[in-house]
Amino acid sequence: MAYVAVKGGEVAIEASIELLKTFQNAATDISVNAIRDNLSMLVDKIMSEAGLYAPDYAALALKQCDGNVEEAVFLLRAYRSTLERNHYSNEINGKDMRLIRRISSAFKDIPGGQILGPTYDYSHRLLDFSLLDGNLPTENTEDVLEPSQDIVSERISDIFRAEGVLKGCEQEDTTPTDVTSHLLTHPADRSARLQTLARADGGFLGGVAYSAMRGYGAVHPTIAELRSGYVDICVTYPFDENEEIVLGEILLTEVESLMPKAEEQSFQDENVGKAPSYDKMTLSGGYGLAFGRNENKAISMSIVDANLDTVGDTPSQDEEFVLIHGDSLEMNGFISHLKLPHYVSFQSSLDVVRKSGEKDE
Amino acid sequence: MNNDYNFAFLDEGSKREIRRSILKAISIPGYQVPFGSRELPIGRGWGTGGIQITLSIIGKDDVLKVIDQGSDDSVNAVNIKKFVGRCTNVATTTDSEVATIIQSRHRIPETPLKDGQILVLQVPIPDPLRAVEPSERVTKQKHAEAEYSAMWLSLYEDLTKFGEINISSEYPCMVENRYVMNPSPIPRFDNHKLHNSEGLYLFGAGREKKIYAIPPYTSVIPLAFDDVPFKVENFEGKHCRLCGATGVYLDEMYSSDTGEKFYECSDTGFCEKNRGANHE
Repeated sequence: MAYVAVKGGEVAIEASIELLKTFQNAATDISVNAIRDNLSMLVDKIMSEAGLYAPDYAALALKQCDGNVEEAVFLLRAYRSTLERNHYSNEINGKDMRLIRRISSAFKDIPGGQILGPTYDYSHRLLDFSLLDGNLPTENTEDVLEPSQDIVSERISDIFRAEGVLKGCEQEDTTPTDVTSHLLTHPADRSARLQTLARADGGFLGGVAYSAMRGYGAVHPTIAELRSGYVDICVTYPFDENEEIVLGEILLTEVESLMPKAEEQSFQDENVGKAPSYDKMTLSGGYGLAFGRNENKAISMSIVDANLDTVGDTPSQDEEFVLIHGDSLEMNGFISHLKLPHYVSFQSSLDVVRKSGEKDE
Repeated sequence: MNNDYNFAFLDEGSKREIRRSILKAISIPGYQVPFGSRELPIGRGWGTGGIQITLSIIGKDDVLKVIDQGSDDSVNAVNIKKFVGRCTNVATTTDSEVATIIQSRHRIPETPLKDGQILVLQVPIPDPLRAVEPSERVTKQKHAEAEYSAMWLSLYEDLTKFGEINISSEYPCMVENRYVMNPSPIPRFDNHKLHNSEGLYLFGAGREKKIYAIPPYTSVIPLAFDDVPFKVENFEGKHCRLCGATGVYLDEMYSSDTGEKFYECSDTGFCEKNRGANHE
């Protein structure tokens, strides 16, 4: 066609999808299992942002889309939305986690001990060229990987709660808001906030948390505890409410961070003329939880959570700003929609601009 | 038809939930009803609100038309039509008078809707007040109180600064003298089609999780001052190069050979019919 008109959409789409396959035509196939096992932390990231714990399907999604992270999150989330919800699992408690790693930056010696576990934190970031020759990145260390017995330990924060420097939370038994089937309203309750943050894009959360720590916010926390490990997912046995059925286990990373918080003493009339009462310092906490080994996301989440409880004018203290703009599907969907034709609205804008220009003539 | 998924993709529970939100929206014209927006295999921001409405209301006997920018053949329209077709097997058409459901982005067809027809519009930013207030919490309150002074003020500021109201598309309208509504990014040219229409208009915003509606014979008036009337895009002296139509919304185009400017109907289904072409 001689004219700049985008028509023939159907043919173009088919050709484009055909081309996509050509570009995917790699010489060596890579199995879904290999992706799941070799790129497990990428798989964890996908599951966390999709809000679906399914390592095989996350690996499949990655294989299907050239390893594009937001595309893989999208695939998994779209699949999730077609699943019927037959059961709600019983609540899990990070305290019951079978630990593979557990550290505290608040204390050197902690009940239960520091367990470094698998981490890149103290590895030197040097390219290992031997991997080019086909060496496996993992070595045969089965005896090291499998702890001789399950390690379970109480939380550090419980010690502070017992001491009274960290305020205990009251048992909250209201049904949590389900952000996957209800519009988030503001102010969001805590369950809605934590769900939204747990599914948020890791990069977005990292940026917001970083800004809060650097000064655009009020929080520079101490990590009371970071723990990774396995927890059982259970549902109540339909014929006996006192029994549970174990469906399986999932790997989680949980972070509790602590920061000093000023507590204002309310001014009361009867205290006029008496000795002044001062504001008090207490510890306040932030909570982070992410699927898999996902440490920076869980830490960021705990910072953002704590920061949202402070008052100020920075973006990180604005609940709507933080909770609405971090969803991978939503942000990437809206950004990518700019590639769609806007001929009609642009024509309308041109009309306004031209009309405005005519006035000067 | 893809049998790995339910008819019309979403599970029946989700569809029923969305239909309830639609019914509420129809009962309160112009009010934005929150709903549990589901993820679809099509990008958020690419029409998922409209698609969820279409999927929730479509039945086996429906006839579907999908357009984007007025065109049946635009890549996005084709993609959505293919997806809905794949999971419903319903008949599709380019003839807006034959369709029972028309899903559209940025345009309302030139031929007025008839009784029984539903036009589903895709909406990026459902709240008209977003232009003057970023916070959802605040705008919700303002709608509740019908407090639209910020909107009026912004129109007035345009007048004092530019001598003209500068809103191009998605021009805010007052619905039944109660709610100010964003008609979606349709051109101002299409605004009057919402007013006292025979058909039903449904608006879906998937990413923002809102549904709203204009039922038949509802008053929809673009915001304007008594002494500064509402103006639509001007195509005076221009006509469609293909069918010769005037008084329709035109796409401006440039010849890739000569750079010469010409116009064609934006509504391709209307244009084809006008030319008497026997399409499909």
